[in-house]
Amino acid sequence: MGRGYNTIAFDAAKCDGCGDCMTACATAKTGTEDKTRSRIQIVGSGDDGFELALCRQCGDPKCVTVCPAAALTKNAESGVIEWDAAKCVDCLLCTIGCAYAGIALDSGTGHVAKCDTCDGAPACVPACPHDALTYITTSRIYNEVGGWEDLFTPGLAGCQGCNTELLMRHTLRRVGPDTVLATPPGCVPGMGSVGFNGTTGTKVPVFHPLLTNTAAMLAGIKRQYKRVGREVNALAIAGDGGASDVGFQSLSGAAERNEQILFMVVDNEGYMNTGMQRSSCTPYGAWTSTTPIGRGSGGMPAQGKTQDAKNLPLIMVNHRCEYVATASTAYMEDFYDKLGKAIEASKRGFAYLHVYSPCTTGWRFPTDQNMEVARKAVETNFVTLWEYTPNEGLRLTRPVDDPMPVTEYLKAMGRFRHLSPDQISHIQGKVVENLAFVKQMIHRSSV
Amino acid sequence: MEHTKYLVVGSSHAALEAVTAIRMHDADGSLTLLTRDAHLPYSPTVLPYVVSGRSAADDVFLRDETFFATNRVEFKRGSALKALHAARNAAELADGSEIAYEKLLLATGAAPAIPPIPGIDQVSYHVLRTLDDATKLHAAIKQSKQAVVLGAGLVGMHAAENLVKAGANVTIVEMAKQLTDGYFDPVAAQMIEKAFTDHGARILTGSRVVKLAPSAAFGTPGTTLTLENGTTLEADLLLVATGVKPNMDYLDDGGSGVEHDRGILVSDTMQTSVANVWAAGDCAQAKGFFTEAKVMNAILPDATEQGRIAGMAMAGDPGLKYYPGGVPLNTYHFFGRHAISVGSSKLPEGGEVLTRFDEASGRYLKAIFKDGRLLGIFGVNEFFDGGVMCQLILRRVDLSAVKERFMANPLAVGRELMSQLWR
Ligand SMILES: Cc1cc2nc3c(=O)[nH]c(=O)nc-3n(C[C@H](O)[C@H](O)[C@H](O)COP(=O)(O)OP(=O)(O)OC[C@H]3O[C@@H](n4cnc5c(N)ncnc54)[C@H](O)[C@@H]3O)c2cc1C
Ligand code: SF4
Repeated sequence: MGRGYNTIAFDAAKCDGCGDCMTACATAKTGTEDKTRSRIQIVGSGDDGFELALCRQCGDPKCVTVCPAAALTKNAESGVIEWDAAKCVDCLLCTIGCAYAGIALDSGTGHVAKCDTCDGAPACVPACPHDALTYITTSRIYNEVGGWEDLFTPGLAGCQGCNTELLMRHTLRRVGPDTVLATPPGCVPGMGSVGFNGTTGTKVPVFHPLLTNTAAMLAGIKRQYKRVGREVNALAIAGDGGASDVGFQSLSGAAERNEQILFMVVDNEGYMNTGMQRSSCTPYGAWTSTTPIGRGSGGMPAQGKTQDAKNLPLIMVNHRCEYVATASTAYMEDFYDKLGKAIEASKRGFAYLHVYSPCTTGWRFPTDQNMEVARKAVETNFVTLWEYTPNEGLRLTRPVDDPMPVTEYLKAMGRFRHLSPDQISHIQGKVVENLAFVKQMIHRSSV
Repeated sequence: MEHTKYLVVGSSHAALEAVTAIRMHDADGSLTLLTRDAHLPYSPTVLPYVVSGRSAADDVFLRDETFFATNRVEFKRGSALKALHAARNAAELADGSEIAYEKLLLATGAAPAIPPIPGIDQVSYHVLRTLDDATKLHAAIKQSKQAVVLGAGLVGMHAAENLVKAGANVTIVEMAKQLTDGYFDPVAAQMIEKAFTDHGARILTGSRVVKLAPSAAFGTPGTTLTLENGTTLEADLLLVATGVKPNMDYLDDGGSGVEHDRGILVSDTMQTSVANVWAAGDCAQAKGFFTEAKVMNAILPDATEQGRIAGMAMAGDPGLKYYPGGVPLNTYHFFGRHAISVGSSKLPEGGEVLTRFDEASGRYLKAIFKDGRLLGIFGVNEFFDGGVMCQLILRRVDLSAVKERFMANPLAVGRELMSQLWR
């Protein structure tokens, strides 16, 4: 199994070229404030703002292959390309190998120098006053989880670029083999959780309830296991349609009875599996096959969905569940943190996890853009990431202080392509209103 | 007969890159790496530093046995390819045994070219290409009082500097009009020459040795050299560094049918004229970036590039991209200064050459452009990112609008241009 590595990420849009990162690096690495000796170099990139010349700790590093002295090696544990001063012969061939200016001559020493990520605590990152640099440590999760048993079949029939496979594999790995899984009709069984030809698609017991009775059936199964004295995790992975529409009655009932189950909703904002029909979670203005775009009738042109989405997770908060949270696959550390808390809470009572899941096919965006769309949903405040417990109330886990305009999100996909300026301002207004509402809940629930 | 899916001959840069590329795509196919050298893989480029003592001879290896074990590579050292029987996919080794291959890579590199000077077979001399050569020269340097280096290419110049630093009287004899011909232009060569003469070396450019004879002047076996103009030189140490020639005798010995000219002729995927046989590195003659004609570009970065392409082609990796053509790339350190050359040094018709020279600081920069595109850039004591420059050349980036700024600060402007291509 390959390893994931931590990395320094750069957001060019936030950089104003102040150079504080370079000063911090030069100070840490050379004891001077000479920016030319910094191993991170902010370069003016014409009219396009700024870019970064920095070692990318490549997977197949060219500098390593052209070094005649074996002075450069990629550390398989940390992923950092390490430079051995004792072996280096100052030939500069590595600087000819690197197309990113990631290893260069340090005029102060006469040797080459490159970023070593300061042993996992890069000095440049906290020095940036604009948060343009982040040290991404999500790889920790992948490395850890990669070692656990994958409880899904190797092949899943998902659409290209869908993030639900990621969710299914991660969640089941994390929940572990002592689990009973309920997957009501939707994309998850469509991808193969319920199996083919009489075999299941998972290595844990899985069943396929009706859309309407998922929470009720799962609660019953959990109770039966408890009665015979066996501790199991009862997990549902359901779509937003199955949870917020016809499945809502049993979901609300199980939450109200505080059944000890974990109910996870993969919210792709519609019935995508059956041909992209609208659900009560479909947002205002969105195209679906049942909220089409066209001439309409009675003089009213059809312009996508005309109602706003139901905010299911906030409704679940009103059940005073043991745990309620929203999450996004663009923020896996946040998701993992919440998944762990939800599993713990489900041993005491009802836990609800709502994961926003962009749908490549139904939302109409390129298959390589899933994480980007998920990230933009958060960074525009179109969705908010928060968690709730009865004791601590509601809190934002990833507050976005300086949100991008919602158009950045809308533009990223085809289902909003037809929007009129009025519709856009309606949506922008809803974003503001929803956030204000969440903030009120934060205020009210903090006792 | 032993059988292997992939047979890679040679254990230096081109061969090792091919092994990595093959294993990226085919984790299991049997792979044999064969080399005539007795040591673990090392780079010829590091040898000047073994000669000077800066690198320890047992600390320069590029791979160890663990690497071969984990990558399931059968590593056979001290075993030379003697003849290639390509018609029946078999390689005959020096000990007479044969290995049957499905795909073969010839990455046998080059060896010193020994000039046919009368008397050369009567005298003892050093060359520098293998680790054993380097250890011998390292020991000899300490004893030498009066050394002569034949050839002022980079190998000769490196060794000459080591000899100077070890305290010998050194004379460099070079046939061409200038030092480091083909690597650096006359201005840079002049700076290099001055650094050497300032340190007491004697440089005889435009000089040809016409005769060599054993000399008893030093007690140890020495050499008397006679130059074309009649002068004689005495040497207790003679280093012959007059160029290299590819190792490819095995092609003819086996009647392989593999086409070769100055080197083994290869296509844009490093395939030779014969089925199932590839060649890469110093032994190969491939397309040049600046000429369609096939050239010898015997440098380390190109050996790795060609090795990688050959390995991908052999393994059938669909990610394979065609060889863009060889670009000359060189770096050279001398007496604490550095020189970098990237690209073509020839001024084409309609081309333009810009230079900047600051005598006081010894900083020199020269760049050649055609139609706003960079063809070559050369610097002494002027650092720029060779890798970035190479990309600007390969991608034919238009520099017309920034030429002046580029000449003033190639480091910053190179990065600025390149950063737009990174996105
Ligand atoms: C002293 C010196 C300094 C140099 N400095 C530089 C520099 O600064 N920059 C630069 O770019 N380049 C430099 N070079 C050149 C550079 O080292 C070569 O371009 C590079 O090593 C080529 O790699 P290769 O794999 O093609 O061949 P080589 O490195 O020549 O390796 C050939 C391999 O094949 C093996 N072999 C040969 N014949 C047989 C056979 N018949 N059977 C089995 N095995 C065989 C050899 O043992 C060796 O392992 C220098 C070379 C020398 C000698
Ligand atoms: S300068 Fe040092 S690290 Fe870079 S290639 Fe040369 S020996 Fe290797």
